[in-house]
Amino acid sequence: MGEPEQEPGAGTDEADSGADEPDAGTDESGVEPDERTQPRAKTWIESVLPTVQVSFASIVLALIVGAVLIMVSNDHVVSTWGYFFADPWGAVTTATSAVWDSYKALFSGAFGSSAAFGGTLGKATPLIFGGLGVSLAFRVGLFNIGAQGQLFFGAICAGYVGFTWNLPPVVHLLAAVVAGIIGGAIWGGVVGVLKARTGAHEVIVTIMLNYVALGILRWLLLTNPFQIPGSNNPQSPYVDDNALYPHAGGYNLGFVVALLAAGLVWWLLGRSTLGFEMRAVGANPDAARTAGMSISKAYILAMLIAGALAGLAGTQQVLGHRDPLTDGIAGSIGFDSITVALLGRASPFGTVVAALLFGALQSGGIQMQAATNTPLTLTTVLQALIVLFIAAPALVRSILRVRARADAGGVLAKGWNG
Amino acid sequence: MQLEIRGLTKRFGTFTANDAIDLVVEPGEIHCLLGENGAGKTTLMNMLYGLVDSDEGEILLDGEPVTFRSPGDAIDAGIGMVHQHFMLVPVFTVAENVMLGREQASLGVLQRSKAAARVTELSEQYGLAVQPDALVGALPVGVQQRVEIIKALSNEARILILDEPTAVLTPQETDELMDIMRSLRDNGTSIIFITHKLREVKAVGDKITVIRRGKVVGTAKPTVSEAELAEMMVGRAVSLRVDKGESDLGEVVFAANDVTVVDDRGVTVVNQVSLDVRSGEILALCGVQGNGQTELIKSFLGLLKPAEGSIALSGDDISRHGPRESLRDGIGFVPEDRKHDGFVGSFTVAENLVLDLYRDPPFSSGLSLSLAEIDRNAEDRIVEFDIRTQSSSTPVESLSGGNQQKVVVARELSRELKLLIASQPTRGLDVGSIEFVHKRIVGARDAGAAVIIVSTELDEVFSLADRIAVMCNGRVVDVVDPGISREDIGLLMAGAEREMQTHG
Repeated sequence: MGEPEQEPGAGTDEADSGADEPDAGTDESGVEPDERTQPRAKTWIESVLPTVQVSFASIVLALIVGAVLIMVSNDHVVSTWGYFFADPWGAVTTATSAVWDSYKALFSGAFGSSAAFGGTLGKATPLIFGGLGVSLAFRVGLFNIGAQGQLFFGAICAGYVGFTWNLPPVVHLLAAVVAGIIGGAIWGGVVGVLKARTGAHEVIVTIMLNYVALGILRWLLLTNPFQIPGSNNPQSPYVDDNALYPHAGGYNLGFVVALLAAGLVWWLLGRSTLGFEMRAVGANPDAARTAGMSISKAYILAMLIAGALAGLAGTQQVLGHRDPLTDGIAGSIGFDSITVALLGRASPFGTVVAALLFGALQSGGIQMQAATNTPLTLTTVLQALIVLFIAAPALVRSILRVRARADAGGVLAKGWNG
Repeated sequence: MQLEIRGLTKRFGTFTANDAIDLVVEPGEIHCLLGENGAGKTTLMNMLYGLVDSDEGEILLDGEPVTFRSPGDAIDAGIGMVHQHFMLVPVFTVAENVMLGREQASLGVLQRSKAAARVTELSEQYGLAVQPDALVGALPVGVQQRVEIIKALSNEARILILDEPTAVLTPQETDELMDIMRSLRDNGTSIIFITHKLREVKAVGDKITVIRRGKVVGTAKPTVSEAELAEMMVGRAVSLRVDKGESDLGEVVFAANDVTVVDDRGVTVVNQVSLDVRSGEILALCGVQGNGQTELIKSFLGLLKPAEGSIALSGDDISRHGPRESLRDGIGFVPEDRKHDGFVGSFTVAENLVLDLYRDPPFSSGLSLSLAEIDRNAEDRIVEFDIRTQSSSTPVESLSGGNQQKVVVARELSRELKLLIASQPTRGLDVGSIEFVHKRIVGARDAGAAVIIVSTELDEVFSLADRIAVMCNGRVVDVVDPGISREDIGLLMAGAEREMQTHG
């Protein structure tokens, strides 16, 4: 016997699991509350609170699991637990102090000094750009896995202008940044065009284009303009000083640009006609089409802008510090960007906060490893755990016995289910 | 078998869908459950069928309390349900569908003949004409519904729940269904008949229970008037007739000539349709669902490009226009399925009210949206159209169906129109909202717009139309006066050619 078409929200799942979702209001075809029974209008705080709660709880839960991992990976702690019954108090204090020391080092490595904070911002900057690109595409209903490839292409273009051209200060930087934006936009725009014109699935196209971009970079690094004269290493020359982002005391102008980009995306999505179209296409393409919007235009434009933002992440990688262009230029930024966007719930503000958190973890992790021997990979595990908990809001709620909210985690669930 | 429901209550969060419902269904009785959309009828039936757990109260069969954890329990206890949307496998035969879930086999070989024999036996016993070896997908909707009923009966159902069974039927099929219901009742099966159509309740019901806002507000005999039933259902006096003056016919505003639409599969779904509509006139397109009406009006807006033929608005050819141009040229469009393409559920009421107006001043200037204007527009429309919402920033998906439809109608009527196309404008709406939407549509006509209504509800067609075009198999079979009888229009909908043409 199949599920009833009527009133799916009143179906068996919620009833069986005992979760009392107050979904009467959001239910598609089902119980329709009238004015008397509806709760009063939510304020802005009330509407974002469940999301913030789940995000915060996820971070705390990840830190708790991380604490267990710290204890298990610490030889000293493990050895004291060997004679736990002889000295239970000693075992407990050793374990807690190991955890405390690790997290303290992590925190001070991220925020403890001006230099540490500069490092955090530096790590966060490309994640903000990439995360904004993924978020924007996401709001238009596109799952952009291609930030990595778009970043490569932005870095290639920005780098090429940076180390082959000779231009005065400011102008050289601007030229290189614009080149990076165009490079990323082309690489993203291709996806939008393919999706709009041929219906190609963007997930597959972006993943494949990531490989293509990496392949192109590796090939370029073997060609003349991309090699240090007289060297055969797959490593580019250094970017001209004029093309570097201005920086002072460990702080880099790129971060300010990233904040401006976040503001721009916020305006675009929430305050512009283009954003209105893009969000409508993302939420209900059929209704958007019936209202006279062009779905193709929204897809192409969204991927162009998403690519441009990822391209800006690429400029940060080649113009942010005096490092040559190599095939390791992107690290895992392109993929971390997806995580950042999901953690930030595809909102520009959330993306910035999430990128700062990840930047702090990555920056602080280095000091944690140096100071306490807790391996740097712990931060990767923490990142993964945070996202894991956020992707399963029902799990977090059941652990914390938080009252169920239908709206928390909606973006994520929708995204992964395509 | 007697069914008694005592104090059954179901809450979803703070919302009480069913509040202490009491109901007794005697053996061999057709018990009508009448209520507006969202009144809680379906929730009640889902509890009875084991799909939803109740919070309080109990269900008794022949005086014995029972609990149903799943539909399987309910079926075993003798309760059968025919859902509004059928649960049949189209590529299976009738007999295969009926035995589905309880396949009888000997040595691993299905015994189709036994199932076929059972189908024949039941169809003879209750007058449910069905071929056991016909493919379900090839059968008309009315016959598919009979298959569902046979399926329930083959499970020894003593109580049969029919959830809005007439929504998908032609008038003739509805009459046949009512005959079947009477025959089932005379054989001792109790029927719970869920509907919001007053005419049907009066035609077939033995007892009527009216539910409003999750509560039983009263029971009635089928002898009471429709007006009284409507008042119980809505809680206030409603006018069932549309106040419509004489139409003040003007120029031909809209003309379609030999329009042919071919769908993605290459099937001709609209076949050489020619229609014209004058300013100040309501033309109703009527027909059984799926006979080309949907595709025809989509081609009018430009959502589908006609393969042949021309479409003209005020004399200008618009057959190559997309929706954007058509909307700009003064076509208002209320789509058939509002959830599918009428609004964006996650968007606010204010945003949905400008979903196709945001491009132009005052709602935007250049690239920038004018949020203040959009909000002000929303406040005005909410008052004007009596949209029941907490605020203009509430997502439309959390409104009731009637209010969602009001949002769509308000948007489409908030600019000057040459042509209004409204498809199923009152589908799923309660009596009160229907009254309101009808008034607005007539208002648009009186303001000089040409109006095309697509509806499968004959009551609606008769009360609104100045002329009726009947569609069958992608063709307009005939264009008739609203004075035509129900029987005649039913025959036309079924595809019969008429001898005497009465072009309006």
